[in-house]
Amino acid sequence: MTKPAEISAAETANENLPKEKFEELEKFINGLETTKGALIEILHKAQDIFGYLPRDVQLYVARKLGIPGAEVFGVVSFYSYFTTKPRGKHTISVCMGTACFVRGADKIIERLKEKLGIESNEITEDGLFTLKDVRCIGACGLAPVVMIDDKVYGRVKEEELDEIINTYRNQEVKH
Amino acid sequence: MSKFRTNIMVCGGTGCLASDSEKVFKNLKLILKARGYADEVQVIKTGCFGFCEQGPIVKIEPDNVLYVRVGPKDAKDIIDEHIIKGRTVDRLLYREPDKGKKAHKQEDMPFYKKQLRIALRNCGLVNPEDIYEYIALGGYEALGKVLTTKSQKDVIDIVKKSGLRGRGGGGFPTGLKWEITSKQPGKTKFIICNADEGDPGAFMDRSILEGDPHSVLEAMAIGGYAIGADKGIIYIRAEYPLAIQRLNIALKQAREMGLLGENIFNTDFSFDIDIKYGAGAFVCGEETALINSCEGKRGEPNYKPPYPAEKGYFGHPTCVNNVETFANIPPIILKGPQWFASIGTEKSKGTKVFALAGKINNVGLVEVPMGITLREIIYDIGGGIQGGRKFKAVQTGGPSGGVITEEDLDTPIDYDSLTAIGSMMGSGGMIVMDETDNMVDIAKFYLEFTMDESCGRCTPCRIGTKRLYEMLNKITSGKATMADIDAMKQLCYMIKDGSLCGLGQTAPNPVISTMKHFWNEYLALIKDVDNYQEEGRYIATNKDGTTIRS
Repeated sequence: MTKPAEISAAETANENLPKEKFEELEKFINGLETTKGALIEILHKAQDIFGYLPRDVQLYVARKLGIPGAEVFGVVSFYSYFTTKPRGKHTISVCMGTACFVRGADKIIERLKEKLGIESNEITEDGLFTLKDVRCIGACGLAPVVMIDDKVYGRVKEEELDEIINTYRNQEVKH
Repeated sequence: MSKFRTNIMVCGGTGCLASDSEKVFKNLKLILKARGYADEVQVIKTGCFGFCEQGPIVKIEPDNVLYVRVGPKDAKDIIDEHIIKGRTVDRLLYREPDKGKKAHKQEDMPFYKKQLRIALRNCGLVNPEDIYEYIALGGYEALGKVLTTKSQKDVIDIVKKSGLRGRGGGGFPTGLKWEITSKQPGKTKFIICNADEGDPGAFMDRSILEGDPHSVLEAMAIGGYAIGADKGIIYIRAEYPLAIQRLNIALKQAREMGLLGENIFNTDFSFDIDIKYGAGAFVCGEETALINSCEGKRGEPNYKPPYPAEKGYFGHPTCVNNVETFANIPPIILKGPQWFASIGTEKSKGTKVFALAGKINNVGLVEVPMGITLREIIYDIGGGIQGGRKFKAVQTGGPSGGVITEEDLDTPIDYDSLTAIGSMMGSGGMIVMDETDNMVDIAKFYLEFTMDESCGRCTPCRIGTKRLYEMLNKITSGKATMADIDAMKQLCYMIKDGSLCGLGQTAPNPVISTMKHFWNEYLALIKDVDNYQEEGRYIATNKDGTTIRS
């Protein structure tokens, strides 16, 4: 059994990355039967907790597992699911699977980029939206598909995009 | 358990959930309760019916009536009219797009007529979150039969005789893979289920896991017994939350009933399964890359040999099979290898599940016997091209495959015939394109995908796909010359021959096959083609002033 190292979660914590979150991650790692082969599983958990994987979190995981930070970064940068940038309040995912592509998803994402003023994997100035292109979410019958957080919008037309985005913007105003 | 006179089955696949089937499910339950029928009629959330285009789908059993595009508001009519008064709700029945003919029963619908469901046998039929329903349909009987009456060798022989080949795309004989792994020395062995379905536009494996997770668990235990493994791993994409959730429920139920764990069916055989999550990397569908990813590392492929059967997960002999392959195992054990081998063509037995998508009327998941023609799939099952437009091509094998045109539509499909016409079986993605699609754009789309997904380990793939993509970009922006096309052709073969794993070796396929079949469309974009003619013949000027004629 490979056991996690005894390092204190408190040392790495700062204003943006609160101690409680590190403690939650520490508890998860300490609870694993073995840390051998568990790096990806741990990073999934860390991203669940923090929302993203900033440098300090990666280094914390590396020290905890007793492996080089480069190894952790190597894994984080390899997989598209992991992100090192904070995400907006809502994530807009545009399906770029083949089925959606042939039904016009490329135009949808271009329009969204224009409307939000950002590129893929960027966050809007107000911090409200992150735009992502994703590979097939499997709702090919509804192509082209846009997903905002967990809500799926099917058979999306370019002219409907404003209305969809505004629903989320208006929610914000109400709060 | 209480008895119900009628079951209302609501599709709970990702496609239907996306169009509000959850609300339909809730409304049906609420109204049933309000009308006082909750003890007589049961509402069940099942896996995918396959007819995603017409979702959400609701089926009433035993009346065998299928309702399509059911909205939350339609729940009232289904209960008040169908369930209480016994009258079919006409407006929710499926109508054939051109003829307007209504279909009451599932088997009357052209979409289902030519299908044969083996891997998908329980999808849309059972509640995937209830192990008793799976058992009621003969679930775990195959595992019991194997453990109590068959030797390891018997099991391998049955699978070998059935002629089952890997459904992930490679088509390697499953029985042989099991035999090789079983013969390796060493006590610790692993069996891995590859559920890292990365082909954009394909959702076969996800539908099986969402609709019938127990069939995969059972088959993994059978495979584990055959090769001598006591540990199984399911490697699944993190992007499939619903499939993961249902797998976890299934695992818990199977453990509680002793169908996984120590001494299964009171024999010496112990077996359990772990789930490992992928994190979004197409290359992890390659088995050595998948194993690296299971070990928590970067998902880069290794040079083969040694094959995973010799040295796999943490150095132990490991057998990797695809979800659909596993789903075929229990019926083969129960009905016998002869039954399975009687379906399909000489070298490809059984059925194949395809995710039919793109410019086709009936988008959905279909399972057909090998040897059916593409024309039957596209026109009879798929209902033809959307909007009455003309068919142009169909892409099978996803980013690794090629396009198939009108002239090859009557080829009976199996692993070998698809390769012969310049495409491949692949994992089952089938994208239909119509006359409005530009094939150079399609090739570029696939190249962008493989360029993104190239893991970077070997140079021909890492740099080659990037350069190839740039060349395609040059062509589509109208700046390319004939010399670029020649260079591009050369580069395609360099990438094919020089790459380490399947991703690179197949990455240029979409370009090669579109160049072969739609040469005209490339030519039309080349700037120095002075005299472009319809039949694809051209006269062009080289950089040095010489003339090229075709």
